[in-house]
Formats: sequence, structure tokens, C-alpha cells
Amino acid sequence: MTKHVYLDNNATTMVAPEALEAMLPFYKERYGNASSMYSFGGLVAKDLDAARHRVAELLGAEFDYEITFTGCATESDNMAVRGLLSYYRNKKHIITSTVEHPAIISLCRQLEKEGYRVTYVPVDKNGVVDVNYLKESVDDDTALVSIMHANNETGVIMPVEEIGAFLKEKKIPFHVDGVQAAGKIPVDVNKINCDLYSISAHKFHGPKGVGALYVRKGTRMRPLMIGGHQEKGRRPGTENVAGIVGMGVAAKMAVENLEKESSLAALRDRLQKGILERVKTASVNGGDVLRTPNTTNISFEFIEGESILLYLDQKGIYVSTGSACSTGSLEPSHVLRAMDLPFSKIHGSIRFSLSRYTTEEEVDYVLQELPGVIQTLLEISPFWDNEKGEGKIME
Amino acid sequence: MWDYTDKVKDLYTNPVNVGKMEDANGVGHVGSVVCGDALTLYIKVEDGIIKDASFETFGCGSAIASSSALTEMIKGKTVEEAEKITNADIVEFLGGLPEQKIHCSVMGSEALINAIADYRGEKPPVEDEPEGQIICFCKNITDVDLRKAIREHNIKDVDTLMEVTEAGSVCGSCIPRMEDILEEELAKPCEENVCEEGAMTNLQKIHKIEDVINRIIRPGLKRDGGDVELVDVQGDDVVVKLHGACSTCVSAFATLQHFVQEELRKNVSEKINVKHI
Ligand SMILES: Cc1ncc(COP(=O)(O)O)c(C=O)c1O
Repeated sequence: MTKHVYLDNNATTMVAPEALEAMLPFYKERYGNASSMYSFGGLVAKDLDAARHRVAELLGAEFDYEITFTGCATESDNMAVRGLLSYYRNKKHIITSTVEHPAIISLCRQLEKEGYRVTYVPVDKNGVVDVNYLKESVDDDTALVSIMHANNETGVIMPVEEIGAFLKEKKIPFHVDGVQAAGKIPVDVNKINCDLYSISAHKFHGPKGVGALYVRKGTRMRPLMIGGHQEKGRRPGTENVAGIVGMGVAAKMAVENLEKESSLAALRDRLQKGILERVKTASVNGGDVLRTPNTTNISFEFIEGESILLYLDQKGIYVSTGSACSTGSLEPSHVLRAMDLPFSKIHGSIRFSLSRYTTEEEVDYVLQELPGVIQTLLEISPFWDNEKGEGKIME
Repeated sequence: MWDYTDKVKDLYTNPVNVGKMEDANGVGHVGSVVCGDALTLYIKVEDGIIKDASFETFGCGSAIASSSALTEMIKGKTVEEAEKITNADIVEFLGGLPEQKIHCSVMGSEALINAIADYRGEKPPVEDEPEGQIICFCKNITDVDLRKAIREHNIKDVDTLMEVTEAGSVCGSCIPRMEDILEEELAKPCEENVCEEGAMTNLQKIHKIEDVINRIIRPGLKRDGGDVELVDVQGDDVVVKLHGACSTCVSAFATLQHFVQEELRKNVSEKINVKHI
């Protein structure tokens, strides 16, 4: 029997069977266009409304119309930032952080080329955004601030409420990339005081290819694409009906399962504690602060992350790494670098991200297999002294 | 995930000739923790023939497979025969490697060069090019390749750059990035006749360089067991010497150029070029 232990849920998740079930009719008999007036397929628009309501509830939005469906969170992120900038044309300064997802950070680099000034707020050793630095960066020219709710690599939760309260007073639009938070921790856009909030369905057991952007009532922005009346012209184009319905079901289930959050955290802690006990070269990144309950990022010093990943893959354990070798660009994780970790830890970093479907048995299987993998790789590493049983980088 | 051949998978799962060799008479080391991959190759030569070979690798799957393959390939060969082995031979032995992983095989052939040099009692001939970031994925061309072409051929427009390098000639999705790189290169101040610069005397500049090296660069490298020493400053050329984990690193140049040069450019002058002895 081959085992499959999927611990890469920050990359994407299994579609909940209930979500899939709800989607199928829209690929079969109910293929009608949501904009059509006749009854064929049974008023698809109603199903979109229901999904919108569920997503609004997931985010604590006051009004359903504050939810706009998009093609993915990358689109939501771009729409939020560019949408605001094209309204506030005379403001040329953007504030974000050094640990954002490429959907924000690469966009900001592009905007720099287009003449914008960008402040990348640094993080501390644990990867938490420096709020004071952020506050001091604000000036009259600041068009918007975009900060992630939770980091995808470490799970570290950012002080978005403190930032939101400050920006509300300053009347500066605030976008939060909530992709890694929605469905994992309680989200309330009114407590955060953000104007925009981006999410992606496939990160919380919905389908791929559908995202949403929360747009607070009254927020001034222009659409990225121009076309028909769908999504009130904010995001024209025939809706991905099945995807949106699936996202709605996934959102509803996420809300219902939020209570189980602490048991997920307990499972994650069991994994983390077990690894630290069994592997003495292991250390947790971002472990001293508040994190999403499903994530732990662990560095295994003196060995390289991709080889750990490949060895685990052969045991049917699926994880990801921040090592340079794993990315097409051969650049090590910008998040861990921003946290000022030494290269020896960055290259050997592994992200374990669980889900509510992860079982205790699966965690124990990882704890059983992982130490052997680490030992094998240490034995072939030139930076490990097999006789002394210690690293030898500092020669 | 990478599309590795069965041979590569087999070799990283069950590598052969693993471990330190106590009685080796040739040892070659390349790479460092900073670079993200490193390889130490041990050879035992008797009567001009490589009787035994083993390795220690810090690196990804293809780095382990390349190292293992290399030891198999050189065993039983004369030193002269082994010397002819290129990274392309390692790639062939493995049944191919993904484009972005070719450098793993290069690491193998460089470790071999260094091991043979060590056996002969020569200094390991460290030489390397910065790797850069891949811009054109269809043709596997990096920003370093593009910048070099722009300077060497004095290229002023993207069409010529495409013609000369072939980058962007397949799907074309990288053309905007090529344009950005071209723009950056053209915006760089001319190297020959010193252009405008906030007046800084040579002595002030040297002090500033020293300060940045001691305050920022050395602590950064030391954490990973490396160190850097300032040797000389000739105009905008800063000559440094690397120690420790970095000194035999294949990609030391990439690290050096990137880290040391970036910091010096940021803190002292845009025009600084770092050289390594
Ligand atoms: C924090 C964050 N923002 C944005 C995205 C982009 O989401 P999508 O791939 O759905 O566009 C991701 C996905 O990894 C993410 O983790």
C-alpha cells in the first residue's frame, strides 16, 4: 500500500467533496448563463447570490455586494492595487512589506518601473511586519498600503488590526492579502478596518481558478478590465458559475470548521514538537509568534531542502521548501531572507502545511520517516562531521 | 516539480560511493552553504589510475545524482582520461537534466578538476561565472548573458538583442523583461570616463568601502563561515579576498558579485566593481 500524506496545503488544498458535488450540475444540465432572463437551468444568478453571501460571511462583510468574484487571488491583488492607483492618480507612493507573495511584491516592483515609489516595510526575526516603521513611512503622497494577513511560507500572522486602525484614522486605503488566513483563522474585515481583502478558493478546499476581492462599501477604485455588466462592471466577463458555487460551499464549510482550529493547531504542534525532539539540527522559523494553526516552517541545517523534499516524496510525504534549488529562478526564499536567517538554514527549510483532513496517523508516519531521511542526507553532507555528530561550517 | 529521469531518481535515492575517504590523495571541493550547493570529491590514484572515488554533497536531487554519477564514471580511468570528462558527459550519463539544473553537473566537473589539481599538488583552479536569473525559459538565457551581450555588442534596441542572443525568439513572453534589462544597462554610467559623482576623494572612498565591508558585509558572510578581506581599491575596482566556506565556492562569484557588490554600490557608489583574487 502506498501512502500519500499531503502536507502542502498552503500551496493548494483538496476540493471538499461537498463543494465538488455542488459544482457538478453547473457543468451538466444547469449550464445556462447567469445573466440570462429565462428560467432554463433554474435562475443561475440565485446560486451566485448564495455563494456571495457565504463568502461575505467568511470575511465578516456587512453587505454581500462587497464581494466581487475574480479568477484567482493574484487577480484580486492586482485589481486592488491597480484599481486604487488608477483612481487616486496623483498619489505615487505605495507601502507594502518585504515578505509579501509575488502577487504583490512583483507587482510593486513593476509599479516602481512605472514611476511609483514603494516602501518595503521590513520584518523582525520572526517575520512580523514592523508596524512603527510602517507608520513612519506614511506621507501625503501615500496612495495605499498592502500587507498580507498571514504569510504563506511561515504562517506568521501580521498585526493587520493595528495597521488598519492607524490607516483608518489617516484615511489611507488598506488592502490585505488574506489568501493564507481566510478559512484558517477567524477573519473580520470590520475589525481589521481594511478597505480591500483578497482570497482564493483553492486555499480552503474550494476549486482552483476562482478568487474574490472584498471591496468595502464606498471604496473608490477603477476596474482592471472593461467589458460587460457582470460583477457590477468591477470584474466584467461571464462568471465561472461552477467555481463560484464551489467557493461558496467551501466558505460555508470553512466557517463551520473554524471551531476545530485548536485541534488542527494541536496536530501541527505534535508534528513540530516531534521533529524537534527527534532531529537535533532542526529549528522552527517564526515559531515564537502567532501563526495560522496549520503551518510550521522548519530548517534542517547542513542539508539542502530539495533533497529532503525528494526523499520524502519517495515515502509518499508531500511538502515544500524555501531552498534555491526548488524554484525556477534558483533564488532562495525572500521571506526567510527578510527574516535574516543564515543561508545554511534557508537552503534547508521545509514547510509543513496541514489541513482539517490531516490525521494524527499521518503526522506520526512523518515523525517515523523523517529522522531517517535527515540522517541519510547529513551523512552525505560535506558540512556534517559524522564522527563528532555535529556541523562543520564554521571551520 | 522537476522532471527528473529515472536514472537521476535512482541515483539520488540510492547514491553510490558516498562518504569521506580517509586515504584519498586528491580532494576537490566546490560550492558553499551560501550558494545552496556544495560538493567534495575524493579520489585515490594509484599508478596513474583512479582506483577509488567518493563524494559528500550538500544539494538537491540532481546534485546528489551528478556527484554519484561522476564517481562511477571516473573509477578505473587514468587521470588523463578522467580529465577529459565534461559536465555534458555527466548529463548524458544521467539521461538528461532539467535546464535549470545543468549547473549541478558543472559542479561535478569542477570538483573533478580541483581534485585532480590537488592530486598533482597544484592549487585548485577556481573560476566561475555568475549564474544570474533565467529570463528566456525557451532558450535558457540569463540576465547575465543578456547584460554581457548588451555590453559586448553595444546593443541599443531589443530587436538586435533578440537577434544576437536568440532570447525572446520562441514564445516572446520575456521580451518586456529583456527591454527592462536593456534599459537598465543603457542607464548605467559609462565606465571609461568617470561621469558625475558627488565629490568624494579617493581616501574618503576607501574609508567608506572599509566601513561597509566591516559593518555590513563581513557579519553577513561570517554567519555562514565565510569572510572577506579588502585587498586593494583601484578607482572603482574593489579587490577582495574570500576566506572560509566561500573561498572554493563555484558560485562564490555569484554570491560575491551579488552581495558584496550590491552592498558597496548601495552604500558607496553605483559604479563599484568587485574583483576577487
Ligand atoms: C499570500 C498569497 N497571496 C496570493 C496568492 C496567489 O493566489 P492564486 O495562486 O490563487 O492567484 C497566494 C498563493 O500562493 C498566496 O499564498
